[in-house]
Amino acid sequence: MKAVSVEEAVAMIPAGASVMVGGFMGVGTPERLLDEVTRQRKSGLSLICNDAATPGKGVGKLFDAALVARLTATHIGLNPKAQQQMLANQIDVDLVPQGTFVERIRAGGCGLGGVLTPTGVGTLVAEGKRQIEVDGRPFLLETALRAQFALVHAFLADYLGNLSYALTSRNFNPIMAMAADTVIVTAEHIVPVGVIAPDHVVTPAPLVDYLITNG
Amino acid sequence: MDAQTIIARRVARELRSGDLVNLGIGIPTLVANYVPADLKVFFQSENGLIGTGPIPEQGMAHPTLTDAGGRPISALPGASTFDSAMSFGLIRGGHVDVTVLGGLQVDAEGHLANWMIPGKMVPGMGGAMDLVSGAKRVIVAMQHAAKGKSKIVPRCSLPLTSVRPVNLVVTDMAVIGFPDGRATLLETAPGVGIGEVMAVTEAELVVPDNVPEMRI
Repeated sequence: MKAVSVEEAVAMIPAGASVMVGGFMGVGTPERLLDEVTRQRKSGLSLICNDAATPGKGVGKLFDAALVARLTATHIGLNPKAQQQMLANQIDVDLVPQGTFVERIRAGGCGLGGVLTPTGVGTLVAEGKRQIEVDGRPFLLETALRAQFALVHAFLADYLGNLSYALTSRNFNPIMAMAADTVIVTAEHIVPVGVIAPDHVVTPAPLVDYLITNG
Repeated sequence: MDAQTIIARRVARELRSGDLVNLGIGIPTLVANYVPADLKVFFQSENGLIGTGPIPEQGMAHPTLTDAGGRPISALPGASTFDSAMSFGLIRGGHVDVTVLGGLQVDAEGHLANWMIPGKMVPGMGGAMDLVSGAKRVIVAMQHAAKGKSKIVPRCSLPLTSVRPVNLVVTDMAVIGFPDGRATLLETAPGVGIGEVMAVTEAELVVPDNVPEMRI
């Protein structure tokens, strides 16, 4: 793990990059990284995030600034700007059931080619996908999802990069921290090694590439 | 009593002590208000919490304690938090005893459509498809008709949420189940006659000899 400023970290992300962002309706989202992505105008992003949050909050800022070219998400109904951009064909949107979304990312981070899920069998979601029977039950083959960058928000990070999360801000963060080539983390508090007990570390330090320094 | 209250009160009577329950947005959210205090029910919020409590008092909200709509909630003693893979493992893995969801259409075989209206409303399915595919019991809580048009239809014209049929539909007029895969009138709302229900239901309903009044 290397400690860097938010400006340095975002400068590493090229325009058009694939980026996973943790958070659920903007809760548990690395706001400082998104503010800087917006300031440096990293456009044409391929965004992987549960939802589009709301305008002005979380990844909603990326839609405010029209920086997203492709979106993989489960729900965008609470962000009218993302809806408008989708209906105007300004962004290419792939809507995925939430359980499938998180398992595809988990698979991507765990060296699996994909997962078999009953969710979506016989619906629009099944179009173009392989259906596989296991013990007489039909499943869809859903392939693994990875990104060049994961932008993760933790509650505590220690000086080595061990992470723990708070309440419902955990959501997709620890899963995404395993599924990207480069993992960049912001934390509410940066604390000495040992403050997070081994049993309470959720994301082990070797998974973290860059920790954004405070202040 | 208004339509939403009738529905929420009747659905609450389906919950049992020890149940792990996931409530969708809209009318389903109201169900929590009518669970008797002595019934120990665990409510899951799919953004990673079991043991959701009431909306916190003014000034007590915490930014990392929210429901699936991103609104502040509280956690009850004994609550637990977890990541989204765990949350949907609980849902898809059959660990959720009951899910209560809103609906746009339910058909005569119990199929639910509740996630999109092509060309008009394409918000995304969120967790709905996993919930209908994986929960042990699926209860739909919705108005019987919208703008005078039946929401219980012979065949869903809207895209299905799952091919797995739901277990029960509770509306402001009736309770409908699907024994033998056919929509069956199980109860009528107080003051609503069987004839009235039949008149506003587009799908064919099986009517048993005895159709009791809903107890709410």
